[in-house]
Amino acid sequence: MSARVTSAARALAPEPAVGQGGAAAASLGADAAAALRAARLALLRDLTLAFRQRSQLIQPLAFFAMVTLLFPLAISPELSRLRAIAPGVLWVAALLASLLALEFLFRDDAHDGTLEQYALSGQSLTWLMFAKTAAHWLLTGLPLALMAPLAGLSLGVPVAALPGIVVSVAVGSVTLSLIGSIGAALTLGIKRSGTLLSLLTLPLSLPVLIFGARATELAINGAPLAAPLELLAALAVLGITLAPLAAAAAVRISLE
Amino acid sequence: MTWTWFHRLGSPPYVYALAARLTPWFAWPAALLIAGGLAGGLVLAPPDYQQGDGFRIVYVHAPSAWMSLMVYMTMAIAAAVALIWRIKVGHAVAAACAPIGASFTFVALVTGALYGAPMWGTYWEWDPRLTSELILLFLYLGYMGLRAGLEDTQRADRASALLAVAGSVNVPIIHYSVTWWNSLHQAPTVMQFGKPKMALAMLVPLLMMLAGFTLYFVAVLLVRLRGEVLSRERAASWIPEVLKT
Amino acid sequence: MSGEKLQVENLHLWRGDRHVLKGVCFALDAGGCLEVTGPNGSGKTSLLRTLCGLMYPEEGRVLWAGQDVRSDLRSFHASLAYLGHEAPLKADLSARENLHFWIGVRRRVSNAELDEVLARVGARSWCERLVRTLSAGQKRRVALAGLALLAVPLWLLDEPTTNLDSEGRRLVGGLIAEQRARGGTVVAAVHHDLPVEVGSAQRLELAA
Repeated sequence: MSARVTSAARALAPEPAVGQGGAAAASLGADAAAALRAARLALLRDLTLAFRQRSQLIQPLAFFAMVTLLFPLAISPELSRLRAIAPGVLWVAALLASLLALEFLFRDDAHDGTLEQYALSGQSLTWLMFAKTAAHWLLTGLPLALMAPLAGLSLGVPVAALPGIVVSVAVGSVTLSLIGSIGAALTLGIKRSGTLLSLLTLPLSLPVLIFGARATELAINGAPLAAPLELLAALAVLGITLAPLAAAAAVRISLE
Repeated sequence: MTWTWFHRLGSPPYVYALAARLTPWFAWPAALLIAGGLAGGLVLAPPDYQQGDGFRIVYVHAPSAWMSLMVYMTMAIAAAVALIWRIKVGHAVAAACAPIGASFTFVALVTGALYGAPMWGTYWEWDPRLTSELILLFLYLGYMGLRAGLEDTQRADRASALLAVAGSVNVPIIHYSVTWWNSLHQAPTVMQFGKPKMALAMLVPLLMMLAGFTLYFVAVLLVRLRGEVLSRERAASWIPEVLKT
Repeated sequence: MSGEKLQVENLHLWRGDRHVLKGVCFALDAGGCLEVTGPNGSGKTSLLRTLCGLMYPEEGRVLWAGQDVRSDLRSFHASLAYLGHEAPLKADLSARENLHFWIGVRRRVSNAELDEVLARVGARSWCERLVRTLSAGQKRRVALAGLALLAVPLWLLDEPTTNLDSEGRRLVGGLIAEQRARGGTVVAAVHHDLPVEVGSAQRLELAA
């Protein structure tokens, strides 16, 4: 029975067979080095491609700015009122902008067959998914975190709160990219999958929204925001551990 | 250890016949328990000293909420079994569970709103339990939406199975974060009915309703499962024989 | 390059209601070549994808060097190269960069090796241009360059001569012949015959 379980688990996410003794340990080390190298190249490739299509990089940021602009127009130009809702506005806008960029995470790779080549590369697909998600965060989440102060200032957020906002959005967006990668992998190839992707990803991202908005609120009030920030970090760590594995499984399912 | 019964559960004709045989064993006790529970709760049990007769809706609300979570767990486990061991019947079970779970969640939300209305003055307050139920409804809708969006049944099965498993990992996290969020803002919670504080006359109908709902779920699941099996195996050779009987 | 044998036993595959592969069996020794033919929709691509391990057959198994490939899928993948209908190239990278990333993920590849193989497929003059500016035939040549670079014992090719002129077809034939001479194995799904350079090949005809 245990043999069936291990073979079943391997069928779901093939990992190198582990033998006994030092030879296995050495080969495991070599495997890890190869996986890291592969992941590094995958990351570099995605970053290179993104910079060749720079216009696409701006889109999530422009969307973020646009959504932030909607609220003063819809509610009131009074900074005191805006400051009260700033945490919510910033985080909802960041979440939606992140979702917008997720559609493109795997779309091109699935279309031209490079995703297939990743699955057939003999390298750990989990590491490759981690690399792709890391590239996505570097191109979307991090810029959003750096842009958040501007949006915050426009909503009347005090300058002292800005570093806290940058850090919380940076950490929170890591988890958003990771959770989103699972949804993006599951909905590969579905036409007009944008709303379905949002429906799948948003419920799973709610904890990030809750803790992130709370961190922002505390930052605005000048209170220490260690507690929600640590919770955000914990979610990010959990995501880094589990999400690439799930995304790899989802990619294999989509390629079947 | 003989796993033959487990292997046989993987055979669609066997499951189809087994489900047909088992359904009455769950359906009749379910009907009796629900009838008994409703009689006990709506008629026999005393009104709550604080909330009066409005409390009685808990006899439907609490079991529904409990079932909505239990069905999700069942769905996730069936999906996991099907995903890992490639037992296709597991996918049929998961697919059959989803609408039942979503219905329970919807009932829990509506009865929760009706329950709270006299106390809150509005039909909705961001009570943590109700908010969690709402998020659970979206998880169900996402699952059903993914299934509907993928045409290839095999891929729909496996993709939604992965989603169900990922969702089940998230459910405790979501619940914790919603409770935490709610505690920060001290919104009033009305859903107090700790079991030790409850009188026996109230507890017994509640447990009867809970057991009745569980059996009802299994009965409906078995019926839906047969439908799923038929639809999935429609090209198989054993179908014409079975449909004649 | 050791001489592994590819064996396929009683492969059955369903896609939805369609019984696509109905008990496919064959064995290929090292140095062997299999031509898979059949009308559109007969399952040629599905067979190749099942051999790769991308698709999971309901019945039957694939053996490589005597071992079920499912027992260690990752090392099986490390010994094979799969080329689908489309060349797996990124439009915004040059041919050279594409190869650098595609092969680099699998093994270390030096600039000298890249130069050599690009010259072999006749890409010297246009290998620095972005792939979006290349013709379909040129893209196919880059894909073949990748194939040559991978240096693996098993090749699974889906219509390798599409979009190629007669010179290109000779190139494919030459590459396959060299692969066979090294003791490698080739399975190719084709509409027409493989180029004559390939030599004698087993045939598998799939019915619709």
